[in-house]
Amino acid sequence: MIQILDQFSNPDLSRKLLDKVKNLAETFIEKHGRKPVIMEVCGSHTMALARSGIKQALRDYVKLVSGPGCPVCVTDQKSIDAMIQLAQGDGRIICTFGDMIRVPGSNGSLLDAKSEGKDIRVVYSPSDSVRIAEKNPDKEVIFLGIGFETTIPSLGIALKEANEKGLEKYSMWVTTKLVEPILRVLLEAQEVKLDGFLLPGHVSIVLGKHSYHYLVDEYGVPGTICGFEPVGVLGGIYKLIAMLLDERVEIENYHTHVVTHSGNSFAQEIMKTYFKECDEWWRGLGVIPNSGLDIRKEFAHLDAKKKFNVHVGEPRKTKCRCGDILRGLAVPEDCVLYGKACTPSKPIGPCMVSSEGTCAAHYQYMRGDII
Amino acid sequence: MCIGVPAKVIEKQEYTAVVDVMGTKMNVGIIMVPEVSEGDYVIVHAGQAMSIIDEEYARLSIEEWRKLADDTNS
Ligand code: SF4
Ligand code: SF4
Repeated sequence: MIQILDQFSNPDLSRKLLDKVKNLAETFIEKHGRKPVIMEVCGSHTMALARSGIKQALRDYVKLVSGPGCPVCVTDQKSIDAMIQLAQGDGRIICTFGDMIRVPGSNGSLLDAKSEGKDIRVVYSPSDSVRIAEKNPDKEVIFLGIGFETTIPSLGIALKEANEKGLEKYSMWVTTKLVEPILRVLLEAQEVKLDGFLLPGHVSIVLGKHSYHYLVDEYGVPGTICGFEPVGVLGGIYKLIAMLLDERVEIENYHTHVVTHSGNSFAQEIMKTYFKECDEWWRGLGVIPNSGLDIRKEFAHLDAKKKFNVHVGEPRKTKCRCGDILRGLAVPEDCVLYGKACTPSKPIGPCMVSSEGTCAAHYQYMRGDII
Repeated sequence: MCIGVPAKVIEKQEYTAVVDVMGTKMNVGIIMVPEVSEGDYVIVHAGQAMSIIDEEYARLSIEEWRKLADDTNS
């Protein structure tokens, strides 16, 4: 099996596919007088495209726009401020995914709170925070739950475990995001003309291929579901351009070894059991109706928003352009802070912090490269 | 947040399994892939196995990309 999976990063195969993509894109350019514009929705695709050099190599052939797919980057400044305020309380253990700890709020980051002596722990799995709560029954243990549909089922499982164990001092601060509402907002705003989507490989594991039918039926935009290794990404881009040339509008799945037609029904069930739709704030985009999931009221005892009184004011304004970057309107190089006041070691916005952020991807792999 | 690295299931318990991720052993949840067997490869996200990797489909997809790469007419 591993030998087969290794083929997805085979350099010889990747090089050949890269040439194929270039040739096909040239045909598109001849026909339309412009490059095809493709948005990668998922933050891991943004990173994969930059790390593998595909984005740089396709610069003159395909316009690859980074979308709002990284959960850290889309988290609204107010939510970050609320999480940091939550961490200030005494007798609490705050558990978080690693990427969140360095995101700056209006007054410092979780990391700053940690260096001031607050008990803030990075966990890999939300279930780890449940185990921490079991070992520390006298402390309030709060997990900061962010994520898209890939992560929400894991949050649900942690809620299930905490509920079944009857942990009274465990709760979760949830601010999650859904892919469909944000894609609809982008397509309706038409600020960027998009020809097609590289659809998120991980989210699709949960939702399945069928979940994207609205793109075809309502917006006439095609998409390919692909993985994150160079061969999968290049194959996905090739097939998308081929569809555009054939004027076919479909969703095609090229990640069939993990993504099925109807997705993971267990994960979908967990989401339904523990969460309900809610309006969510998105960085740079404001509030989008029904664009997130919040904890159901049956589990209000596990909901940190209900348990703790957190009020935050209007966030401090910065020149950070993450909001525009998430909508595909700007590239990191358009931000006056990029690479100067804002670097991965001293980030100002989440796009520079997150391991899937567009600014971090550009800074690490594409500095000096004009896109 | 996502690590799409394939993990091999070494030992299956009821709701969890020990997996091997590139030589490192870790415990992951398997509630969402109850049909998983020892020896299967899974994709893990945030401590939970999200899907079982289908070897046959992986092989077919590589074959398709090879064919495309070597096709001189397209
Ligand atoms: S959490 Fe996973 S699916 Fe979502 S943007 Fe990140 S890598 Fe993509
Ligand atoms: S470079 Fe920094 S400040 Fe500018 S948009 Fe990116 S994260 Fe925000």
